[in-house]
Parts: sequence; C-alpha cells; structure tokens
Amino acid sequence: MAKKSSSPNLSRRDFTKIVMSFLGSIMGAMVGVPIIGYVISPALKATEIDDWVSLGALDSYPIGSPKLFSFTRTKVNGWEQTTNSYGVFVVRKSESALNVYSNVCTHLSCRVNWNEEVAAYTCPCHDAQFGLNGEVLYGPPPRPMDEYEYTIEDGNILIHLTEA
Amino acid sequence: MFEKIFQWLDERLGLEAIYGAVLDRKVPKVNWWFTLGSASLFLFVMQGITGIFLTMYYVPSPDKAYDSIQYIMNGVAFGWLIRGIHHWGASLMVLIVFLHMLRTFFYGAYKYPREITWLTGSLLLLLTLGMGFTGYLLPWNQRAYWATTVGTEIAGTVPGIGDFILRALRGGSDLSAVTLARFFSAHIWLLPLGIVLLISVHMYLIIRLGISNVPGEDE
Repeated sequence: MAKKSSSPNLSRRDFTKIVMSFLGSIMGAMVGVPIIGYVISPALKATEIDDWVSLGALDSYPIGSPKLFSFTRTKVNGWEQTTNSYGVFVVRKSESALNVYSNVCTHLSCRVNWNEEVAAYTCPCHDAQFGLNGEVLYGPPPRPMDEYEYTIEDGNILIHLTEA
Repeated sequence: MFEKIFQWLDERLGLEAIYGAVLDRKVPKVNWWFTLGSASLFLFVMQGITGIFLTMYYVPSPDKAYDSIQYIMNGVAFGWLIRGIHHWGASLMVLIVFLHMLRTFFYGAYKYPREITWLTGSLLLLLTLGMGFTGYLLPWNQRAYWATTVGTEIAGTVPGIGDFILRALRGGSDLSAVTLARFFSAHIWLLPLGIVLLISVHMYLIIRLGISNVPGEDE
C-alpha cells in the first residue's frame, strides 16, 4: 500500500493519517464513554441497606424448633419502588440463646422450608437439605445457611439486616 | 499481513467494487447544498442509535413513561446527553430533510431520470414528520398529551372517514394507554422500517444514476 517515503521528513499522507487517527480516537472516546456510562451506570449505583429489623417478642418463639418470620423492605430502583420479601428462621436453643438463619439457599437463592419429617431445611429447587443449625446435610450448597447478627432489647429480637 | 487478509476478503466479497461504486463515483461540480442528503442520513443514523439506547430505560405506559424519562434525565449517567441529542436531533432532522427537499426542487433535480428518487424522498419527508409526531407523545407530559389530542383531532377533520382515522390513530375514541403504546410501536418499529427501506431505494438510485448538475443559467 503506502510506499516508504524517500524523504526523511514525514510525508503529507502519513501526517494526515496520524492526525486523522488521533482526532478519530478522541471523537470515538467522546461518543463511546457516554454510551458505556449510560448503559452500566445503574449497575454501579449502591443501594445499601443497614437496618435493625424487629422480629417480635422472644417469648413468641418456641424452644427447640425453627419458626419462620417474614418481612418486606422497599428500595427505589430506577423509576419504581421494588419490594423485596425476606424470610428468617428463628431457632431458639434456650431461654436466651438463639440463632437466626436466612431462608435463602446458599446454592442458587431459592427459599428453603423447614421440613419436620426429615428434621431439615429442604430446598425445593435442587433437593438440598440443611440441618437445624444451618449445616449442609445433602445437595449442592457451597456453604451453610447465612446467619444474622441479633440482639435482644426489652424482650424483643432485633436482627441486623445489611445489603451492599 | 493486513493486506493479505484484505485481499482474501476482497476476492470473496468484492469490497473494492463496492467502494468504487458507492464512494468513488464521478460527481459534477456542486456546492454545499448537495451535502444535505448525507446530513439527513447522518441524522437518521444518530436518531436511530440514541433512540435504541433510550429504549433501554423508557417505558411506554401512562403511569411510568414520565417517571422513566425523569430517571433517564436525572438518574442515569449521560442520560441527559443521549436524550438531548435525540430531542434536538429530531428537530434538526425535520429541518435538514426539508431543506434537502427544497434544494432538489429549486435545482430541478427531480426531473428525468430521477423521478423515483424524488418520490421516495417525498415519502421519506412524510415519514420523518411521522416520526416527529409519534415521538412527541412519548414523554407523556402535558405538552405531549395536548399536542397529540390536537394532532389527532386535525386528522379527524377529514371528510367522511375522519372519525375512523381519529380512532385508528388513538386506538379508540380517547387518547389513552393504547395510544401511547401504538405511537411507541410506530415510532420505534413501523416508521423506522419504512424509512430504512425507502432510504435503500433512494441510495440505490443515487448510486445508479449519480447526482444532478447545478443547473446553468440557460436551463
């Protein structure tokens, strides 16, 4: 294509090519950066949750078997409010010791149920089973059930709900 | 290396021939008014690209259309820029396409053998106005609502079939969610499809026939 110029100086054609590709890159960036920003900006926006949620009176939970507590939280996503529902299993070990587990399966986020017959939390999606204390008994989950930090204030259970 | 790849592709695709036919055409000595056609094409492509990106967030439903546009303007990075280009580009496109038509008319460029180019161009002007009309409703604000009320009423004044035209445009007797949805559909699918098809014919004819001379004083 372009022959090497015999002159030691830059040829007019090469100069034009360099200037055009330089200006072209600037123009490409001026168009490309806004478009990329436009497409990915909702993904970069942090909608944090850092909340203490009351689960009601400690006395309302039986000792020994898990009890489900459900609640919802709303977030603004774009032009709409999104209501997410949460479920937690409260397992009361004794008068004051308890564990609070998320009902979200650690495999692929289906919701697990407590099954009294097999004495395990069972996941409807891939037959996973978790023991009373959240440990994996059977199936694909990579880790035990997620646990919430809790405090007891005036006989009420509060759990710490955090989400990045 | 690149030359070899290019040669391989060219042998199979005939790229040189396409380049020659499309861009290396012989053109008469013309003036700046002859750039309006390319400007119209550029604006159409730009409206197409910005429009595609706007549909990523816009929702054509009466309860969310306005909110989704507020989100584009205030919540999304560069949303104001993409919508701004689409908004101003729309007015500019109507203006440029119209000037392109005037240039063709006053230079007599619609004459033999370019009648079909002129006909397709006239339809393209009408479709461009259709794009403006349907796009104007989509923000679903007071101005959009009443402009479309008035616009469809005007279409309804046609003798005999006026009432049918009004109902067909609105999708019923009222300006409603149905109207918004069908205007959106027309704005992003039907009219652009028509424009693309007609531009193809228009461009083919320009490549086939070449562009006209600036008429001389004795013509």
